[in-house]
Amino acid sequence: MVNAIWLFMIIIGFLVALFFGDLEATTQAALDGAKYAVELCVGLLGIYALWLGLMKVAEKSGLVEAISKKMRGVMGILFPGVPAGHPAMGAMTMNLIANMLGLGNAATPLGIKAMHELQGINKHKDTATHDMCMFLIINTSSVQLIPTTVIALRSAANSINPNEIIGTTLIATTCSTLIGIVAAKVFRRLYNDRIY
Amino acid sequence: MIEFIRILSIVAIPGFIIFVLGYGHIKKVNVYETFIEGAREGLATVVRVFPYMVAMFVAIGVFRESGAMDILVKILSPITNLLGIPGEILPLALMRPVSGMAATGILGEILKTYGPDSFLGRVASTLMGSTETTFYTLSIYFGAVGIKKIRYTLWGSLLSDVAGLFASIIICSIVFKS
Repeated sequence: MVNAIWLFMIIIGFLVALFFGDLEATTQAALDGAKYAVELCVGLLGIYALWLGLMKVAEKSGLVEAISKKMRGVMGILFPGVPAGHPAMGAMTMNLIANMLGLGNAATPLGIKAMHELQGINKHKDTATHDMCMFLIINTSSVQLIPTTVIALRSAANSINPNEIIGTTLIATTCSTLIGIVAAKVFRRLYNDRIY
Repeated sequence: MIEFIRILSIVAIPGFIIFVLGYGHIKKVNVYETFIEGAREGLATVVRVFPYMVAMFVAIGVFRESGAMDILVKILSPITNLLGIPGEILPLALMRPVSGMAATGILGEILKTYGPDSFLGRVASTLMGSTETTFYTLSIYFGAVGIKKIRYTLWGSLLSDVAGLFASIIICSIVFKS
């Protein structure tokens, strides 16, 4: 699926540029994209190391387990395929908490860690488990409590009240996350192609 | 309330760091050694994710710069008009799942053109915060562990994006248009 969309974006993009747009500028955009990926990765190196280091401390001290225990009820309903005490639960809990707090840079390495843990209990290594699907659908629907970037942008644009969208955003993101969870639960039944 | 939120976002990260390290120390963990051990995984994580980032940014760059994105917006606009989605919001709604960076740019443009306190500015702001960069997240997370068949993840994610779009419009209409 990602394969088809990726191919579509590149082929259609270049064709449109060839007939209607600026082919040279589009080629440059492709090269810039590749270059930007390097810059971003270099920038992320330190941040990932920082958060994964802190995560390790939180793990060893039993903090992750303590938080996971409090969230066990909800997490158990969302991810029935993961055993209660499994490290995947801890990593997913921490990822979702980081997301809620708007710590996007912390959330991603924790999320990838969670995916590794989930992959460890996956019987078909090239296929996503139901729990992985649910985890990613929740992740992509955003559960951020305070949209800091948007507030900063609104301030920059001289808004009288940059914070007034916090309430509406919270309701909207709750709707999108709930629909995502319901969709994942429904799809799960429709995709009963394997038993896990 | 606003002041509280501002303070909260300033102290969230230092507070978190102090809490984690303090808790670790009380529980008699060698926090320095443990931190190093965890931080070592940072490099491996970035290396694993890197090729997916290149793939994503190249495709997004081409699709946007070529004007294909604008064409897609034009094709979809009759449908979205029918559904009551303001046309000015559409580029943001389409770009939001694809690229957070580009979406931020579009939001900036909308805020500048229509004003942050206009109805459009408020809907766009709400929409921006209600969902995430779906494609990026999916490719990075699944790529990192080598999952090729993602089953219904994309459909579920896009469905929740659409729900976020409609929720943003409806809620802003109720809250701001009275």
